[in-house]
Amino acid sequence: MSQRIPAVEIPSRELKHNAHDALQDRQLRGNMRKAMDSLMAKRLASMPDDFEREHLREMGNHVRARALSQLPDLLERLETNLTRNGVKVHWAETVDEANAIVLSIIRAHEARQVIKGKSMVSEEMDMNHVLEAEGIEALESDMGEYIIQLDHEKPTHIIMPAIHKNAKQVASLFHDKLGEAYTEDVDQLIQTGRRVLRQKFFEADIGVSGVNFAVAETGTLLLVENEGNGRMSTTVPPVHIAVTGIEKVVENLRDVVPLLSLLTRSALGQGITTYVNMISGPRKSDELDGPREVHLVLLDNGRSQAFADGELRQTLNCIRCGACMNHCPVYTRIGGQAYGTVYPGPIGKIISPHLMGLENTPDHPSASSLCGACGEVCPVKIPIPALLRRLREENVKSPDDPHKVMRGQGSKYSASERLLWKGWRLLNTSPLAYRAFGLLATRLRGLTPNQLGPWTQHHSAPKPAARSLHELAREHLEGK
Amino acid sequence: MSAKANILAKLRNSLAGTQPIADDYDVALVTEPWRYPAGERISRLRQLMEAVHTETHLTTTTDWPALVERLLAVRQLPSLLIAPGTPHGAQLAAHFAGRPGLPVLKAYDRPVEEWKAELFDDTPASLTGTLGAIAATGSLILWPDRHEPRLMSLVPPVHFALLKASQIRDNLYEVMQEQRWAAGMPTNALLVSGPSKTADIEQVLAYGAHGPKDLIVLILEDA
Repeated sequence: MSQRIPAVEIPSRELKHNAHDALQDRQLRGNMRKAMDSLMAKRLASMPDDFEREHLREMGNHVRARALSQLPDLLERLETNLTRNGVKVHWAETVDEANAIVLSIIRAHEARQVIKGKSMVSEEMDMNHVLEAEGIEALESDMGEYIIQLDHEKPTHIIMPAIHKNAKQVASLFHDKLGEAYTEDVDQLIQTGRRVLRQKFFEADIGVSGVNFAVAETGTLLLVENEGNGRMSTTVPPVHIAVTGIEKVVENLRDVVPLLSLLTRSALGQGITTYVNMISGPRKSDELDGPREVHLVLLDNGRSQAFADGELRQTLNCIRCGACMNHCPVYTRIGGQAYGTVYPGPIGKIISPHLMGLENTPDHPSASSLCGACGEVCPVKIPIPALLRRLREENVKSPDDPHKVMRGQGSKYSASERLLWKGWRLLNTSPLAYRAFGLLATRLRGLTPNQLGPWTQHHSAPKPAARSLHELAREHLEGK
Repeated sequence: MSAKANILAKLRNSLAGTQPIADDYDVALVTEPWRYPAGERISRLRQLMEAVHTETHLTTTTDWPALVERLLAVRQLPSLLIAPGTPHGAQLAAHFAGRPGLPVLKAYDRPVEEWKAELFDDTPASLTGTLGAIAATGSLILWPDRHEPRLMSLVPPVHFALLKASQIRDNLYEVMQEQRWAAGMPTNALLVSGPSKTADIEQVLAYGAHGPKDLIVLILEDA
């Protein structure tokens, strides 16, 4: 595991190009279709009662909105209670600050080996590469994350990082990279991962994890998982560092009851995960195991920008279940890596512009058919389609617009396009201009161009009819 | 200004002039759909846990040590990690005492650093108590402590868990309220709903990912 080959960087600015490539990949499309169909069916089977499901989603929305409506107070309360419990809390505005904090903890312990439970915030930080550049081994322990790390890839899904690979591909990977005998037997592949990683849990100096919910009332970090790698990472090494976004806090312990049920059912169709791990402090002096130090790094990284706008703030309701991805016709066809962002799919399209700026995600808000499936399944009722439309507006704002909402706003602003739409509005609001335009368009239909930009790449060019419906109707009514 | 001050100032500025949203927590919604007649709790719990490869047995406060002895023999397990400072640990130790030929009972009685290699490489099974269980989701409640440390229910490949039938509750909300969790959480509290598993390769379910491969729940009907 000493190779330092950087993961293949797929640029977020090249979404259209990436999507085009991904659509040609039949293996990827087959793997994704199969997986998403199964995840959708499992979710629905675990939420058969319409009344319960819809009311619980409403409640989930209220719980998250209530937390956000007092976010600064809850963050301070969380810090107070965690500190009382013996957990050290750190704050970071940027990923660089967060990495510096993690590095300083690692250096203080002269640590060489870090074992990681699954954490999307650590992906935001690109923590693995930052640590590797400092000569520190950072190994993923979630089976899916481990597989893609071996193959120098980025996660394709926030819950199932290696869902784009089939067993044959994993078999070849383990054969090539670990020198294992080739087998497509999933049980044997998992046992290989177990054997390799168990040794790493044993050796690691530091464990890193994410957080699903941080409870202000009790100072508790709650993690859900099926594999046990999260418990291993947070229990075996002498130091545990949890990294999370500032929005993950909830007010009361009881608030996790509806959110937990929504999360596991929406994500995997499970009533509960195998483990719900509630961490409220390091090892007490008379206890025999558990980390001697627990740290929590609270990361902003653009979240306070989304927070500043009442509508965009709803983006921060997200509990990272991935249901919007599983139900998205675009995501299912292009997979997660084409987005070039840590968070792919519908939620990725509304959160990434805040994390990276619209200038780096100019096509993301438009990469949607606005079919509405994401909004319908979201367990905390984030109006994703409405937020996509809002981001499209921000994306074409004039540079002169004094209302600054987000980084990179106006990235797709075009003076000529703006002029075109002004003209279009004029045509459609003045009866005289409208009639004149209609007459010209129908009588001179032979002159319409055959090439109309991106539209004619996949469609035939539109040609006006010889007579407008308006004209035909008038003639009909006049009895001609 | 520190990162903390900057973040909080931005958030407070964004909330200027607003009030926190009122707490309209709907207790009925998280409890009513998850209630069961007393006689059905055990069967629901067993059904849900067995569906995810948990082995369950009905036994009694006096019979369970003999059952553990039989199960260890069937699985040919050479040793069992126990918590001697707990009543159930002491009961099992008494059952095994002075009977040569039985599996070795190991005590988790010193800091993990002193025997980490043995815990990882030479501890095939463990036995812990539970604080109860949740019928709605098929979950055991574990609050590891000084006597029964966290890694007992995680590192050994086979985990035996004792559950008193009278401590099975309907749903998580009820458990939190009754046991007054919000008044004081332990350093680590757990819900365990089966042996460790993963579906990360092509969504094919495989058991024994990183935690125990086998979870065996002994339900004490008379306790």
